[in-house]
Amino acid sequence: MTDLPKAPGAKKLGLVIDLDICVGCHACAVNCKQWNDGGHSAPLTDLDPYGKDIDGVWFNRVHSFEAGDHECGRTVHFPRSCLHCETPDCVTVCPTGASYKRAEDGIVLVNPDTCIGCKLCSWACPYGAREFDEVDGVMKKCTLCIDRIYNETLEEVDRVPACVSTCPVSARHFGDLGDPDSAVSKLVEARGGIDLMPELGYRPVNKYLPPRTPKRQAAAALKPSEEVAAKGILAWLDRALSR
Amino acid sequence: MHPALSIIFFTTASGAGYGLLALLAAGSLTGHLPADATFGIFAFGWALGLVGAGLLSSLGHLGHPERAWRALTQWRSSWLSREGVAATLTFLPALAFAGTWIVAGRISAPAAALTILGAVATTVCTAMIYASLKPVHAWRNPWTVPIYLLLGLYTGALWLALLVHAFGPQFPAASPLAALLGFAGAAVKRGYWTFLDRSRADSTPETATGLGAIGKVRVLDPPHTESNYLLKEMGYRVARKHAARLRLIVMLVGFGLPVLLSLLADVSASGPAAILSLAAAVSGSLGVVVERWLFFAEARHTVTLYYGASHA
Repeated sequence: MTDLPKAPGAKKLGLVIDLDICVGCHACAVNCKQWNDGGHSAPLTDLDPYGKDIDGVWFNRVHSFEAGDHECGRTVHFPRSCLHCETPDCVTVCPTGASYKRAEDGIVLVNPDTCIGCKLCSWACPYGAREFDEVDGVMKKCTLCIDRIYNETLEEVDRVPACVSTCPVSARHFGDLGDPDSAVSKLVEARGGIDLMPELGYRPVNKYLPPRTPKRQAAAALKPSEEVAAKGILAWLDRALSR
Repeated sequence: MHPALSIIFFTTASGAGYGLLALLAAGSLTGHLPADATFGIFAFGWALGLVGAGLLSSLGHLGHPERAWRALTQWRSSWLSREGVAATLTFLPALAFAGTWIVAGRISAPAAALTILGAVATTVCTAMIYASLKPVHAWRNPWTVPIYLLLGLYTGALWLALLVHAFGPQFPAASPLAALLGFAGAAVKRGYWTFLDRSRADSTPETATGLGAIGKVRVLDPPHTESNYLLKEMGYRVARKHAARLRLIVMLVGFGLPVLLSLLADVSASGPAAILSLAAAVSGSLGVVVERWLFFAEARHTVTLYYGASHA
């Protein structure tokens, strides 16, 4: 049923992405593609992969933005994937019940056996988290690596989403955001983690940690210095050299 | 948003079909349309043909059309599912209404009333699929439902006027009604476009990235060098110049010409009136197809904010 869980569990598994740290290496996107190409929603079909019109399904895309200007400006690398929202319209618009949110951990999934490929869920997602697989004729999306995080054949340290395990700078964190005492919840609390497009009311579980603001003095020091009149020996040197 | 031809044909054809069904029911309930068998065969054939062809076309864009029956199950949460249920259920009174009209030569008032209800409900569900999508500002607004209802009724009235002039039941209000609905349709579309031009989505590149506190957000590097599903499906853009021209075409071909032809048909003898009504119906229907194409092509999705759109 595409109704949201009547009694959602306390557990809300999700990601916390640190925009202060991400270096934009795309390793998370590549490892996501690699793992999920053989995972729960496999394959992540590529169309014309070696041709002129390459296209394909990815669950994770890394954008790079510039924000602000001059000394206050920042380059921000921005991984974008499913936010496993608490009130996701991608689930409720589904006419078949293929799109669903799990009560036990809040993960949003697609059942590939009942999806009719109408694409309405991808229209209902403001974040562009869902990508249609032309070959399978069904919608695909991030599974939060459901086949890793509960996979007892893996070492416990590896029971995290592929994107988290591969990040070389630890910009990605995985955990239970429904538990206020979890490491991820504390990180969100400490760093003022934010929701994307909160105005739409989807209540994303995933949080983004905004880039730290540079210290005031540092910002001032970065301003282009104005030319000041030289004094003393420098003034003599300046005069001598200006002759 | 990508204007998929199957969806454009579906919404315009079934809209006109439901409009025609509702008007046939309203006309017969008010005693203006007698249950004439020949007229009934053509009128219901055309109306149900438009509805059926539209619904079949809507299956055309599905990845798995053979699973379409599953879409009838989630009516509690999904407007698309409700549309499927409403469309299926509407066939029952519509076929009963058509059957009693053509076979028994009488009007079944309950079937007619339920046909109106079903036609309106299905069209509202179709419109609500779009009007409920929060990421698309051009759709999620109070204009969408009236536009779908009014244009369905208008194109239905154009076809009704043709049927009346061609098969001769005395329904003098048919052509003036089409003209009146044409005026109303033009006014509502004008209002919608003014709204669209003067308003913006609440979401911006700053809210989409959460980086607004730092300042204005610009794209530095895109995440991929080739196009992808998101850009093909949600990133469709129509040039402002073309949109302006197409809006003019909608106004002239979709509303202006059919209204004029309908008014001419109203004062003409039955032979010329039928030809004028046919021209009005064809012109109006083509105009509404262009209108529906623009409804998609002009709509911007919030995901484009991640790909350099300044607004959605």
